[in-house]
Amino acid sequence: MKKPSDPQLLDRLSEAARQGRISRRSFLHYASAAGLTMTGATGLWTKQAAAQPQRGGTFRWGLHDGNTADTHDPGTYLSRQQIYVAHTHRSYLTMINGDGSLGPDLATSWSASADASEWTFEITPDASFHSGKKLTANDVVASLNHHRGDGSTSAAKALLSDVTDIKADGDYTVVVSLTGGNADFPWLMTDYHMAICPANADGTIDWQSGDGSGPYKIDSQEWGVRCNLSRHDGWHGEGAYFDKVEILVLNDPNARQTALVTGDVDSVSLIELKTMGLLQRNPNIVIQNIPSAGAITMPMHCNKAPFDNVDVRNALKLAMDRDEIIEKIAFGAATKGNDFHHSPAQPYWPDDIPQREYDPDQARSLLKKAGAEGLTVSLSTADSVYAGAVDMCVLYKEQAAKAGININVVREPNDGYYSDVWLKKPFTLVSWGARPTPDVMYTLAYKADAAWNESFWQNERFNEVLLQAKAELNDTLRAEMYREMAMLARDDGGTLIPFFNNFVYAHSAKVGVPDQLAASWECDGARAASRWWFTS
Amino acid sequence: MGDIARLVAKRLGLGLLTLLVVSVLIFFAVELLPGDIAQAVLGQGATEENVAALRERMGLNKPAPVRYFEWLGGAVTGDFGVSLISGEKVTTAITGRFVNTLFLATYAAVIAVPLAIILGVIVALLRNTIFDRVANVMTLTSISSPEFFLGYILILFLAVKNPYFPALASLSEGMSFGEILHRTFLPALTLVLVVTAHMMRMTRAAIINLLASPYIEMARLKGTPPWKVIVKHALPNAWAPIINVVALNIAYLITGVVLVEVVFVYPGIGQLLVDAVSKRDFPIVQACCLIFAATFILLNLAADVGAILTNPRLRHPK
Amino acid sequence: MSTFVIGYYALLIAASCLAAYFNKRTVFMLIFSLTLVSFVLGIVGGVWALQMVTGFSAALALAAGTSYAFREFLIIIASKNLAKELRTAPLTAAFGMFVIFTYAIAGIFAPAIAPYGEAEIVSSAFAPPDENLLLGADQLGRDMFSRIIFGARNTVGLALLATILAFLMGAAAGLLAATRGGILDQFLGRTADVIMSVPSLIFALLMLSIFGTNLLVIVVVVAVIYSPRVFRLTRAVAGNVVVMDYIEAAKLRGEGNWYLIRREILPNSTAPLIAEFGLEFCFVFLLIAGLSFLGLGIQPPTADWGSMVRENATLISFGDMTPLIPAAAIALLTVAVNFVVDWMLFRSSGLKEQ
Repeated sequence: MKKPSDPQLLDRLSEAARQGRISRRSFLHYASAAGLTMTGATGLWTKQAAAQPQRGGTFRWGLHDGNTADTHDPGTYLSRQQIYVAHTHRSYLTMINGDGSLGPDLATSWSASADASEWTFEITPDASFHSGKKLTANDVVASLNHHRGDGSTSAAKALLSDVTDIKADGDYTVVVSLTGGNADFPWLMTDYHMAICPANADGTIDWQSGDGSGPYKIDSQEWGVRCNLSRHDGWHGEGAYFDKVEILVLNDPNARQTALVTGDVDSVSLIELKTMGLLQRNPNIVIQNIPSAGAITMPMHCNKAPFDNVDVRNALKLAMDRDEIIEKIAFGAATKGNDFHHSPAQPYWPDDIPQREYDPDQARSLLKKAGAEGLTVSLSTADSVYAGAVDMCVLYKEQAAKAGININVVREPNDGYYSDVWLKKPFTLVSWGARPTPDVMYTLAYKADAAWNESFWQNERFNEVLLQAKAELNDTLRAEMYREMAMLARDDGGTLIPFFNNFVYAHSAKVGVPDQLAASWECDGARAASRWWFTS
Repeated sequence: MGDIARLVAKRLGLGLLTLLVVSVLIFFAVELLPGDIAQAVLGQGATEENVAALRERMGLNKPAPVRYFEWLGGAVTGDFGVSLISGEKVTTAITGRFVNTLFLATYAAVIAVPLAIILGVIVALLRNTIFDRVANVMTLTSISSPEFFLGYILILFLAVKNPYFPALASLSEGMSFGEILHRTFLPALTLVLVVTAHMMRMTRAAIINLLASPYIEMARLKGTPPWKVIVKHALPNAWAPIINVVALNIAYLITGVVLVEVVFVYPGIGQLLVDAVSKRDFPIVQACCLIFAATFILLNLAADVGAILTNPRLRHPK
Repeated sequence: MSTFVIGYYALLIAASCLAAYFNKRTVFMLIFSLTLVSFVLGIVGGVWALQMVTGFSAALALAAGTSYAFREFLIIIASKNLAKELRTAPLTAAFGMFVIFTYAIAGIFAPAIAPYGEAEIVSSAFAPPDENLLLGADQLGRDMFSRIIFGARNTVGLALLATILAFLMGAAAGLLAATRGGILDQFLGRTADVIMSVPSLIFALLMLSIFGTNLLVIVVVVAVIYSPRVFRLTRAVAGNVVVMDYIEAAKLRGEGNWYLIRREILPNSTAPLIAEFGLEFCFVFLLIAGLSFLGLGIQPPTADWGSMVRENATLISFGDMTPLIPAAAIALLTVAVNFVVDWMLFRSSGLKEQ
């Protein structure tokens, strides 16, 4: 952390704030760390005049990723369609606010034991399911247990692996016990898998019926095609201004774009970056370009030659011209990566770590040192990883050639990419969704024994600090620890991080949006249906 | 006519055999695909543990042949099983989609087939004139652009620049028939452009192929006008290849329109099949493929019967 | 009225007078109707429309001139028999041959012709055309012109190979089935049914996912997908021929299958087969493009017209012409191939009238 009153840092932060690159919360955090008082910092944070939301209308929403085989099972939520529908018809314990802070959804408050190994959530008594049933602590316990236990088929199992017990204490209190301290546990409850469903008598959940306690209830649905919802009058939260919500799956980029231009939908969850500039000229359309914690990573297996040599890894990191990649592949809609998986959109981001720049000469000399001159490696990728994923690897190949590195770009089939290529091939391109905190990210993909330790990186010090930081409730100490971890990942780790991608989505100009949009998913953290409104 | 009835019965029997072979092929192809359904459902979030649990739940731990015969046992009694992922009955999952696909295919075929044959006869009549060349260049250009690209161009000109037709062909309940025709016009037009050229050129080729035959020469020498020579004398003998190519293209309209469905967001069966393949949802894949295969077999049978009916020599084999 | 318009009409009228004087009826009709149409267009669309007409006619005339010159060139260099055949070729066929010839040269000598490498990044993304970049740059800043040239080699080569393979397999099986009949016919017919009844994109998706996506696999899979279509057509056409009396006669003479196929059936079934070849070639082309759509096609950064269209397809909605260039390359070749096919079809039909 920089010492107080660093004018450069303040400038940088204000600039970042203006461009919307960091959240209000992080801004205040770093501004105060940089020596500003809270009121001064709040004044710096320029705010638009808040618009008054109005009720009414049908919100037609085009989504970019939906499959006919999708289901309501929270354990297998995967496509955007599932995630967006989930945030519209179900509720979670906590949620990420527009400013990036953690806010209440079903849980009105939460508290931890001193060592952060036991968490207590108080549930609102106002919540009810669409079927009319009251929502109680039992439903929460059953819903969380859906992701635990031997028979669980949930993809979120790893996330809750350190949970030892979940108990209901009365109708409206839930107590969660953990094997060790985890200061971020309430953040985990915002994960899209953690949707609350009605409990069955035997302690399982009824996800099949599609019942939920969210702002809208499902009237009719055809997976992969559409989902029609109408407002749930007994919803416990604020907002839900639209009377009805109509979700359409528009997998084709041209179909989405045309639907938005012709007014067939009011918002789309993704626009093609290469047409962003052209679309911007349309006065009826507003494009949101929100920095996120989602990242493109390129893990190198540290247990396999030639990547077992740290100099080779660093040479490959130096051989990438991130600026050109961001300009040509992400069309500027990205935050430059620095080879540690901690985005400025997440809390505790260390802002003083020197940026790694493109340096083919340095890369060449590192290779010489490692005795790996004329290095040839294969890089696996697939079109589905990221729009322009293959192009990006081809561009990198050209850049690395200047450092004397020969990269073979291998386009793998989209199908089964994550089961057959990721974690199997030694050098791949991977896309990671936004995780709320650095701890979640590091624990999932960088911890030595993590199932998804995608680079097979083993660093004792990193793992030690990770565990310390997890249980640390003091923010300043925690930030120091994350800085150390970032340095270790950057200089020793096996993951090359080109950039953190922005969420680029669009809505019609007649849709009103809050002045801050959550960065956990596209469309205001996938909660556009309950947070946005029609202005006319 | 008894011969034809016998032929139809025989071919239907063979058709069932074909379906059986297709089902075996599809089953093992899906089995051989890298990754399995459990991994596909969990995506990036798959770990060994939850994949194993999901496999257990879906009954994937039995050996493949056992699973195939279980499915087959159900299928012969009309029970095509349930989707492994959603647990929905396969028949309910497919019916609505298939009706949509059939509707779009019929819509396109009703325009394309007469258009192609009439155009084919006209260009055969006016062969090697400007009209022939222009018709050729136009139809060839239309089929040589990828169909999604054709769709994009039609959307640009007929939906965005001049909003005559909606860009999204999404259907909802309670639409009148006229409204449905209007909404689905652009995808139908795209398909018409895609299939017309093939049928038209085949008609033209089949007719021209016959024009040097002695009997045509004879008719011409008798002083029959050229159009009459073609329509009365050449066309009847050209039916066999024409019917064949028409059957092929109608089958294509039903089975091969995934990309058009994607571009116009039309809820047809193609998208369902591609999704099911990517998720390895075997019962759905199998049912879709069998529907396609059956469509194919029936259309082919129709084409063969048509060819026999239009060729007296085949009707009365020596 | 500008000098352009005056010159325009003067030229047209003079040309029609000349044509009338020399008794060239079709030419006169053509030019004179163009004059009449121009009056209407000129009133409705103004000078701009007339300029378009001029440009279009000039392009057409250029194409016709090139085709004519190319045909004469071929006649001069060809052997005597071939030259006689070539003389019967209409201008469209000559144009087709010219395009095919150009593509072949472009494909074979791609590295020598293309100013830049296939994957070489030479400028910023979507740079507009200038004297260095004839067609501008693509999304990564690679030279579009060079990629089109290399695309000719990769795409056309692959499609041609697959189509030829499909034809060899399909036609051989079809002829065999038609002549032998019986069990073999049934067996081949059913096999074809099985392959055809699985939609081609799905079939390719399954096979390529299983066997990997190297070029050999792509060629074989595509050929297998298309051979049943050829098979069915051959079978249908040859089936009609097989029941002819002269085949009966040949059979009674005791001729073998191979003789029947080669001397009797094949010559009488070539026309539809040739017509089919032209079209199948386009379909193979498009299937390979469709495969890249699914991420199963040619490996990057290899230039391939199909993927080049796909990558920038959405830009067309904003009136950007980038995706039209490779699409036009595909369309031009298809049209050219089919022009040549038309001519061959016409010749093999035995029609002598023109």
